[in-house]
Amino acid sequence: MIEFLLEPLEYEFFWHGLLATLMVGASCGLIGTLVILRGMSYVGHGLSHAAFGGAVVGFVLNLNFYAGAGAMGLLAVLLINRITRSGTIKLDAAIGIVTNAMFALGVAIISQVRAFSQSFEAALFGNILGITEGDLLLIGFVSLSTLTTMFLMYRPLLFSTFDQEAARVFGIRTARVQLIFSLLLTLTIIASMNIVGVTMIAATLITPAATARLMTDCFSRMLIYALIIGGITGVAGMYLSYIFNTASGATIVLFGASLYCLSWLTNFLHDRYVLQNHLDGKTDFVQTTQHQSVERKEAGL
Amino acid sequence: MSTRAISSTESHVHPAAVSLTDVTAGYGPHIVFKRLSLKIDKGQFAGIVGPTACGKTTLLKTILGTQSPLSGTVLLDGQALNDIPRGVIGYVPQLGSVDWRFPVTVEEVILMGFYTGKRIWPWPSMEERERVHDLAHRLGIYRCLRQQISNTSGGQRQRAFLARALVNNPALLVLDEPTSGVDIKAQHEVLHLLGDINSEGITILLTTHDLNAVASHLPWVICFRNGLIAQGRPRDIFTNDILTRTYGGDITIVRHEDYFLIATGTPIHFSDGGL
Repeated sequence: MIEFLLEPLEYEFFWHGLLATLMVGASCGLIGTLVILRGMSYVGHGLSHAAFGGAVVGFVLNLNFYAGAGAMGLLAVLLINRITRSGTIKLDAAIGIVTNAMFALGVAIISQVRAFSQSFEAALFGNILGITEGDLLLIGFVSLSTLTTMFLMYRPLLFSTFDQEAARVFGIRTARVQLIFSLLLTLTIIASMNIVGVTMIAATLITPAATARLMTDCFSRMLIYALIIGGITGVAGMYLSYIFNTASGATIVLFGASLYCLSWLTNFLHDRYVLQNHLDGKTDFVQTTQHQSVERKEAGL
Repeated sequence: MSTRAISSTESHVHPAAVSLTDVTAGYGPHIVFKRLSLKIDKGQFAGIVGPTACGKTTLLKTILGTQSPLSGTVLLDGQALNDIPRGVIGYVPQLGSVDWRFPVTVEEVILMGFYTGKRIWPWPSMEERERVHDLAHRLGIYRCLRQQISNTSGGQRQRAFLARALVNNPALLVLDEPTSGVDIKAQHEVLHLLGDINSEGITILLTTHDLNAVASHLPWVICFRNGLIAQGRPRDIFTNDILTRTYGGDITIVRHEDYFLIATGTPIHFSDGGL
């Protein structure tokens, strides 16, 4: 078994891929927690598309892949914030307008200029084999920045996510918190583009956090669980991709979805068990359907 | 045209807790209220009543500083809103404004009151925790501190929000519809609790739809409908004329000694279906 696990590590590309998926998975899990609690699941999907458009524009302008993607991602964040400020247009509509337009721009340019390298295919569908040391450095920097910022801004992030209006009255600069969060999200998405691809980034952001939500009712624990689940999903997905010779991004997403299903099933069976015990008179108090919240007082104990 | 039944402030030398002068507020081209002047004394316990969409929430947002007035000045304790230090205003939002499935405990919700301070460590300090426990004891929610907020009743959630608003010892406590979303017993308890808090010198301003609760619990009422209709003590303010101008339609007021009951319209007489 050990030999089987160690065998792929002899290849440098696998090492690179493993490190990249570990870091990307962990930071996606961490930031994904806030994405789902803020009801912004569609943002990840949209921003990745905007970043793709930016990468194409950057290529035409002879810019670095990440510089183009980053600039367009940030522009998308600013435009979305500006459009939603008045409250007339809601977040999902603003994301749809801005990010799809940017993605369409990229597609239009690709259809006109056909001298593109393979990196755009990698950006769309992910290409773990092409991870360079430069990519690893960037991913490491983004992951560390995300971790540090989330730790230092834990309090304002939690308060403004739970109750934005009250947070503002209490003195938290919610607009600034939102902007920093959006920047972190954009950076994480750009760092993940070559790993899982634009088409599947949303799943890497949301699935570990959603799985963690099923496992706990505590915000801080949810952050930690999502980080661990994201990291494990990345590493396991890499190995499975090597074993079954499947696309790495797709395998990571499928493994993440399997973990979610498993977690959901466990919750479902646990709730059924507790309910049955309650009906049989073995327990005397059930508070909610969430298994963490069930106070189990065994009769006679 | 607005009417002031009783002057609340003229005789006072100290700056009012809340002072609005010629304030116009609205959203884009839509004006909600125009050239409003209103003063609320320090230590007052006042309720703003008025029909739905009459501008009560806009008025609260203007006082809280989350919405900038289109013109006019808003002063809290004689200071502009930007000069007010953090923690001076305590705020309790409407219960319906929050996603109660959010993964936090009652204790974490109350601790959020400290999250505007300088401390950056995620975990609470000993002093913060002690303050939260003291408030929870006082507000009767100590036993549910470790409970998920999703598993608490409307009254407990209201108290948790109240505790969060009180952690910094505010001078002004603002509550948006504290009587909605809770049963009649919890409503009564919350208003009594607010009365106790007010007796310690904290100015309280709240909005509500429940005229009867206001009539029996609050010493000062502001009738509002896209502008000030009247303000004063309930027994002076709750007249057919003022309430009809505030709400429109028929209002019936039944008085009995210190109690009175406010009802709207005429009762519907259902047929007994021939039984």
